[in-house]
Amino acid sequence: MKPSRFTYHAPTDLDEVLDLLAKYGDEAKVLAGGQSLIPMLNFRLLAPAHLIDINRVSELRNYLLDDSGLNVGALVRHRELETSPEVELAYPILHEGLTNIAHVQIRNRGTVCGSLAHADSAAELPSIMVALDASMNVRSQSSQRSVRAEEFFRFHLTSDLDSSELLVSVDIPALGTGTVGVFDEITRRKGDFALVGAAVLGTWDSGGKIQDCRIVCSGVAPTPLRLREAEQFVSGTDLSDDVLVGVQQLVMESLEPTEDIHTSAEYRKKVTGVIVRRGLARLTDQRRAIHV
Amino acid sequence: MTRTSDIGVMDKTRNIGIAMTRREDERLLTGGGRFLDDLPFGDFYEAAILRSNYPHARILAVNTDAAKRLNGVIAVFTANELGPILKDLPPKVVHPKLNYQVRLAIAKEYVRYIGEPIAVVVAENRYIAEDALELIEVDYEPLGSVGSTAEALKVGAPLVHVGSETNVAVHIIQQAGDPEAALKTAPHVLSETFEVTRGGGHSIEGRAVAARFDEVTRQLIVWDNTQAPHYVRQMLATIYEVGEDEIRLIAPADIGGGFGPKAQFYGEEVLIPWIAMEIKHAVKWIEDRWENFVSATMERSQTHRVEVGFDEDGHLLVLKDVFEHDQGAYCVGLQVPTITMSTLPGPYVIPNIHSELIACYTNIVPTSSLRGAGRPQAVVAMERMMDRIAEHLGIEASEVRRRNLIQPDQFPYAVGLTFRDGSPLTYDSGNYPELLDGVLSRIDLKAFRGEQAAARKTGKFLGLGLAMFVEGTGIGPYEGARVRLTNRGRVLVSLAASPQGQGYETVYAQVAADALGCDIGLVEVRHGDTSFIPYGQGTFASRITATVGPAVWEASGELRADIISVAASLLKTDVGGLDLRGDAVEVVGDPEKRVTLADIASIANVGRHGMSVPRDLPVAIERTSYFKPTQAVYSSGISAVIVSVDVETGKIEIIRSILGHDCGNVLNPLLVEGQILGGHAHGIGNAIYEEAKYSRDGQPQAVSYLDYALPTAMEVPTPELFHVISPSPLNPLGVKGSGEGGTIPLPASVANAVEDALRPFGARICELPLTPQRVLAAVYGLPKLES
Repeated sequence: MKPSRFTYHAPTDLDEVLDLLAKYGDEAKVLAGGQSLIPMLNFRLLAPAHLIDINRVSELRNYLLDDSGLNVGALVRHRELETSPEVELAYPILHEGLTNIAHVQIRNRGTVCGSLAHADSAAELPSIMVALDASMNVRSQSSQRSVRAEEFFRFHLTSDLDSSELLVSVDIPALGTGTVGVFDEITRRKGDFALVGAAVLGTWDSGGKIQDCRIVCSGVAPTPLRLREAEQFVSGTDLSDDVLVGVQQLVMESLEPTEDIHTSAEYRKKVTGVIVRRGLARLTDQRRAIHV
Repeated sequence: MTRTSDIGVMDKTRNIGIAMTRREDERLLTGGGRFLDDLPFGDFYEAAILRSNYPHARILAVNTDAAKRLNGVIAVFTANELGPILKDLPPKVVHPKLNYQVRLAIAKEYVRYIGEPIAVVVAENRYIAEDALELIEVDYEPLGSVGSTAEALKVGAPLVHVGSETNVAVHIIQQAGDPEAALKTAPHVLSETFEVTRGGGHSIEGRAVAARFDEVTRQLIVWDNTQAPHYVRQMLATIYEVGEDEIRLIAPADIGGGFGPKAQFYGEEVLIPWIAMEIKHAVKWIEDRWENFVSATMERSQTHRVEVGFDEDGHLLVLKDVFEHDQGAYCVGLQVPTITMSTLPGPYVIPNIHSELIACYTNIVPTSSLRGAGRPQAVVAMERMMDRIAEHLGIEASEVRRRNLIQPDQFPYAVGLTFRDGSPLTYDSGNYPELLDGVLSRIDLKAFRGEQAAARKTGKFLGLGLAMFVEGTGIGPYEGARVRLTNRGRVLVSLAASPQGQGYETVYAQVAADALGCDIGLVEVRHGDTSFIPYGQGTFASRITATVGPAVWEASGELRADIISVAASLLKTDVGGLDLRGDAVEVVGDPEKRVTLADIASIANVGRHGMSVPRDLPVAIERTSYFKPTQAVYSSGISAVIVSVDVETGKIEIIRSILGHDCGNVLNPLLVEGQILGGHAHGIGNAIYEEAKYSRDGQPQAVSYLDYALPTAMEVPTPELFHVISPSPLNPLGVKGSGEGGTIPLPASVANAVEDALRPFGARICELPLTPQRVLAAVYGLPKLES
């Protein structure tokens, strides 16, 4: 379990990073928190000729929370956001998701953007970013673009990034009045990837109806999976018990999840329905908490 | 904790029985521990091992040319270059009926499991060595393979050993009474099939071997983090065809866990020292985590078909268990399944017993002892059926147990079977009703049933599960201790067995100090080096307390007598009037008349060169004792767990876990508690989390902690512990082993609790571990997860 030989680069500014990516592209991997990359190198699942360590690039180090939303730079660690009271207040769903990522030691090193770029569909953040309609700010030496989370995740461990691009930050729009969201997952052990997970977000209107509901699942498909039918089923309702039972049934009947050594497709079908129902039920609890 | 002293020795002890903190802790907790890879070897080459990618294949050719040419590579070895050491690695425990198949240190013509060694690269460092592994080309001819006993036993199944007639390694039956007749006449008979899966030891430090041939002393020095240094030395001496004194085997003072797999003998232990001699340069090999997953021995996979016959009151009349045991690709030993066979009856009076083993070869890394060693599976078979009897008769499971327990006045109790050590299965002492009462005094059964019924109405499912066990420990043939008075006036205790966290340096100082009657600060314990003491067996099977303990006790007692004799001679007084106080021997009542231990050593050990000493003066103050138990001593215990099961997700929450344990007299309660807590964590892993999955043809599916759910501190509840003390009459300390008791009952008790919780659904829990998938499958009849 020793990595193959590679050339280590330690650029100090973003232009230098992008130059290196332009030059080495396919043969390079970017090192930020290293919580997925280093094990993959040690298992020799990856053997890049060049490793570009971005940890010295100070312009990627910060997050900024203002009225328009939250911008999270490529070097912001999970734990930094998790322990920010302002972020917790502004995005309870994100806070809840962060606390479910692995263990504190891993959250101390792992980065938010690193997890998104890694694009593990059983991870917490990809689903949450889709639910929050976040945008990925992507740069290369010659271009700059913004990709909506929903288009960013292409397949398991495959994002929209090409080999010359860096995910420099993610933008999460501010949540409107009455918007509430929760994240929950079922794992074998605390900190494991989800057998099934669900980010559930919606906005309570003044008439006590939930609107614009988003339901995004982890661990059931090669990418975060939006359950549009279920979203339509619940949006505009009061999330009464009948609605909850109905949406659970709908999810169980319509989902066609993946199977792996950890659990069966049948399990995922059944339990995704359960955690979607439970997540939606918690939106009602949150409505009481924010007195909409 | 209460302590009885009815065997005498405990009356005069000052250190035994005290919860002393470990002498080892300071260095371990401050980063001062030195494990094999930390030893300052200096100029050592590093080895990496090419392992089979196929569960079964014929090796047509191995081309190492490119690997040999890589810069930094010193040498590459395959079976072709290792002819002299291609000898059988013999199994530990055999049976006359064993379908015996040769196991070699490195594959020659066939590989029979993924992970089997094919080539060894020696390079300047491990990075280069691993680069070189990628350059070795192996031409495999893949052969059919089997990844479970079920596959192995199918008609027409591929044979693990080409040329053999069957995959059955051994088929053994043990009986007591007339089980077939009893099954025909029993008023009630229940049957069930239970499966327990594979799991590993997962010591935090993997295996490791380093070796150097010392040209000056012409001795081969081997550092090996084995549990059994003398055993490894004897095996190497046999294979290399040298005298045992030509090899010095050192198990480092700090070893990061053993749990059984490090008590076995592996090919790497033969290869690395030999290669060091061949290339005339020191070499080390440090097993990495992936290698540990695919090449360290594992345990547990068994399938039990159990039948119990009983009367209207739940009295056991007959037990019949036929079980398949997964031996893996080779037989490293039959200790595990033979222990299963005799652990089955547990603490119960069962007049008729049929215990039948079908051990199979499979294309998976071999199995061997792992904390619990065949017992957790037997306890699953027995204790799950005790609950089924209770369900069938509509009485409490605790009551069924109570009605069948062997009573305290029935010891020694002959079960009628034979134990793994070859001696009759005869329990030496115990108090099983007290263990059961200990649990029932901590759980208000009536209140719990009320709470359970109320919770069910709100959709919450609580369950209570019990499991009891009897565990043979302290087995032979012997274990030794050498005790010396040193020139500094201190006592040095040398042990053959090496610890992997058990605290020998502390607990055997306690025993020695009490036998000597001296200040414990004067006693030092060292271990794990074949140059310290000539013979030994090693740390395994919860055997050290009941073998080394008495050996230290006896040798130290004899040393005390020698010391007092020297003092009597020097002080010109009678031995009867002398006692050890602090660092000197004094005349009782006249402390001015004293002689220090350093002076005693100076006169009796150092002496004056060439000068005669008085006839009554003992010289060379050292004593060696080898304690030879007549049979195993039997610890016992009980586990009770209360769980809450989420019937929508299959997640299990353990609300309470209670463990009662009886290992006879307790030398150091802190160490025993540590053993039980660690064992409990292991048991929780086996019950709910750990599963070394393999495909039907033997491909390992879980070779990292991403996929292998080893429980962490987040998963393991803190158990409530209590002790019952039934001293063993079979050794002078009245002690029994305690290393495995925390693990053994948990798979059964957790499964019982989950089935109790799910009784409204009629759910049947027959497979472990209890993953969310399996729990939901039991509730709703979901299809089984195919491997």
